Amino acid sequence: MLLDSKIPEGPLAEKWEKHKFNVKLVNPANKRKYDVIVVGTGLAGGAAAASLAELGYNVKAFTYHDSPRRAHSIAAQGGINAAKNYQNDGDSVFRLFYDTIKGGDYRAREANVYRLAQVSVNIIDQCVAQGVPFAREYGGLLANRSFGGAQVSRTFYARGQTGQQLLLGAYSALSRQIAYGKVKMYTRSEMLDVVIIDGQARGIVTRNLVTGEIETHAAHAVVLATGGYGNVFYLSTNAKYCNVTAAWRAHKKGAFFANPCFTQIHPTCIPVSGDYQSKLTLMSESLRNDGRVWVPKTVEMAERVRKGQIKPQEIAEDDRDYFLERKYPAFGNLVPRDVASRNAKMMCDEGRGVGSTGLAVYLDFSEIIKRTGADAVSQKYGNLFAMYEKITDEDPYQMPMRIYPAVHYTMGGLWVDYNLQTTVPGLYATGECNFSDHGANRLGASALMQGLADGYFVIPYTIGDYLAQTPPKPVSTDHPAFAESKAYVQARTEQLLAIKGNRTPDQFHKALGHIMWEYCGMARTAEGLKYAKTEIQKLRQEFWSDVKVVGNGEEMNQALEKAGRVADFLELGELMVDDALNRNESCGGHFREEYQTPEGEALRDDENYAYVAAWEYQGDNQPEKLNKEELTFENVKLTQRSYK
Amino acid sequence: MAGSNPNAKPMNLTLNVWRQPNRQAQGKIVEYHVKDISPDMSFLEMLDVLNEDLLHAGQDPVAFDHDCREGICGSCDLFINGRSHGPEKGTTTCQLHMRKFSDGDTITIEPWRATAFPVNKDLSVDRSAFDRIIQAGGYVSVNTGGAPDGNEIPIPKDISDRAFEAATCIGCGACVAACKNASAMLFVSAKVSQLALLPQGQVERKTRVENMVAQMDKEGFGACTNIGSCAAECPVGISLENIAILNREFLAAKAASNNLA
Repeated sequence: MLLDSKIPEGPLAEKWEKHKFNVKLVNPANKRKYDVIVVGTGLAGGAAAASLAELGYNVKAFTYHDSPRRAHSIAAQGGINAAKNYQNDGDSVFRLFYDTIKGGDYRAREANVYRLAQVSVNIIDQCVAQGVPFAREYGGLLANRSFGGAQVSRTFYARGQTGQQLLLGAYSALSRQIAYGKVKMYTRSEMLDVVIIDGQARGIVTRNLVTGEIETHAAHAVVLATGGYGNVFYLSTNAKYCNVTAAWRAHKKGAFFANPCFTQIHPTCIPVSGDYQSKLTLMSESLRNDGRVWVPKTVEMAERVRKGQIKPQEIAEDDRDYFLERKYPAFGNLVPRDVASRNAKMMCDEGRGVGSTGLAVYLDFSEIIKRTGADAVSQKYGNLFAMYEKITDEDPYQMPMRIYPAVHYTMGGLWVDYNLQTTVPGLYATGECNFSDHGANRLGASALMQGLADGYFVIPYTIGDYLAQTPPKPVSTDHPAFAESKAYVQARTEQLLAIKGNRTPDQFHKALGHIMWEYCGMARTAEGLKYAKTEIQKLRQEFWSDVKVVGNGEEMNQALEKAGRVADFLELGELMVDDALNRNESCGGHFREEYQTPEGEALRDDENYAYVAAWEYQGDNQPEKLNKEELTFENVKLTQRSYK
Repeated sequence: MAGSNPNAKPMNLTLNVWRQPNRQAQGKIVEYHVKDISPDMSFLEMLDVLNEDLLHAGQDPVAFDHDCREGICGSCDLFINGRSHGPEKGTTTCQLHMRKFSDGDTITIEPWRATAFPVNKDLSVDRSAFDRIIQAGGYVSVNTGGAPDGNEIPIPKDISDRAFEAATCIGCGACVAACKNASAMLFVSAKVSQLALLPQGQVERKTRVENMVAQMDKEGFGACTNIGSCAAECPVGISLENIAILNREFLAAKAASNNLA
């Protein structure tokens, strides 16, 4: 299949404006004749559902949470980027575009990223109008900070809870449309299949998580906003419910899955403390603005720290290695996430890691505390320091934080064209669940930007183009395709319940996570990936003969929900490995040890791999087919990223 | 283990857990025992251990709501030893760690108790009443597009900070569970205050508070008798001052309203 990205003709800066004019419009009187399903109510889904309802479409919105306010967008801490240039420090739409393309290691589409930078300014206006309490200066205007390696201050924030405030803004807009009756909200409903009629997405099948009932819902178009798949690693900073199921079912129904191996490992997370660990907690990247990252200079000293013979605060300056400042004098502690993470791993691999496991580096605030006082530091980071202390029982005002990289975000996702439409007509993917804007590495404070850009300002235009070409006839679930999908979902549920094996869904999930982290995590090799592939296949076979779920499908059954999600992760994991094995280069978050510069930096191969790998499902246990979308760069020059 | 307290020994605990198959069924307290609980575990990780044990034994695991496990999504909602989110002040259940308990302790775990929060199963309750209160007016009516430039609405920093403090409510329902009247005043007041403080909220200021309070009453939450246990038990420190603001807003709206019912 030829992948048509549908990028509009013309100069970069004019593409979106032109496209908005060229897309077909739905007559205002006809909008109420169209039904749109939105799955997921985080930033992308909540914003899309509210905006589409405001336009007049009938929206059905779905979430597996008990309320749309709980989506994982809520946990984003640091902020949201926008090219407002309020700080007069040289920011512009083009600079935000350039930084995002470069930060993504030249594996994202120019036109999409430019549009993202363009609409970023509208997002801030929209959120302010909703009453989102962004941080402000004493003069009453909006405050900004520099974030995640950007050399301009373009990040808007609400203390360490920006995601929460933005999500509650979208939730309020959504709530208003629910009250108007323009959005019908289905909570505690998990999407388990997408229904396709004559090649077009026409509805979904869901399971009511309270009653267990399998339901069918029809619409003229389906928008997925179901987040990322970081939990394939079991331990990640994602919320516990985050999963790939909705996207994976869409993939099995024909939507291509792009760049699945592009996963982001965030450098500043609280390290693992024991086998019981259920998730990892992020410490906002904003901490790297003032915290200094270091490890002991020698292995011997590190060993003494690990054994508790010496405390970090007792180690002399001369015996510390501020390795990011040493290796990257220009960016120092603010190098992009992939670079910071990889360097932390290198230090630990050298035997200079700290904490009793040796899998941690220090993030030290003593200097800023000395310079500005503990109160000033508390003003800025109080809630993060408190969270750290709650989890570790250590006071970061007294001793440096221990941090280690953890899986945080997935750049890969469903392949979409410029209109955010997947390879299935009528099926759209927005936010983290698509692949489009972050290339091989996402910059800090860009996830919130992309989710809201897609939901508020892109999909309301592009979906109209599709609907305008779809007759406004009522849709119904009477078509046999719905019964077929429903039967498939029911059979699968029954199958999971019938196995009655010996290992719990969590045990399988942990085993998969271990394989993924070891062989498809921060550093990958062809040999390791090949090994991982056979291990995942084995584990998947074991799962389908030995998983244990009790109870039945006609009730609230959280083990059953979990089993279904793990089953999909077991298939996705293999595709991620295939993708990582196919990509014989290092770029962004994808680091193949065979491909590095003499200094140990990622070595891209632009001649052979400047493409999007879009995988096409071929049936159960069949190798997937690789389709390539070549990336062309007309406005930026591909260079070796350097933060030195 | 990189835990903070290498001397802390694993604990054995007795758990009294509320079990209720569904909304209609009768519930009861059931006793369980968990062993070798690390003090560095979170409370929910301790429940994970219990559930893995139950599943291995072929028994139905305990249903409970949780998600982010970093204290921000507001999903977790356990009533532990008679207190919303347990013994530690300013902490959600997911951020409560077992080092706050001792070896040999008996811990009683119940769902939120309130007429307006019916039990779905075991420890999971239905908090959709909160959503309906927000739907009644907890928003500024602006459509997407057409908003003025963000800096055209200057807001004094102290006002913005106070609005932010109110806006940090996570909607968990601890305030309702802590209140002897099962009142939702703290939850409602947080949203009313946020929007009453901000210039963006002025246009709908009066109708908002009237409609939200009316919905709150309709949902079956109790009246506020100014005890203050809601604020004392709130995991994110929503202040009682918000209830004072809500009362003032409500009276002002009623006085100005034609709707004196």
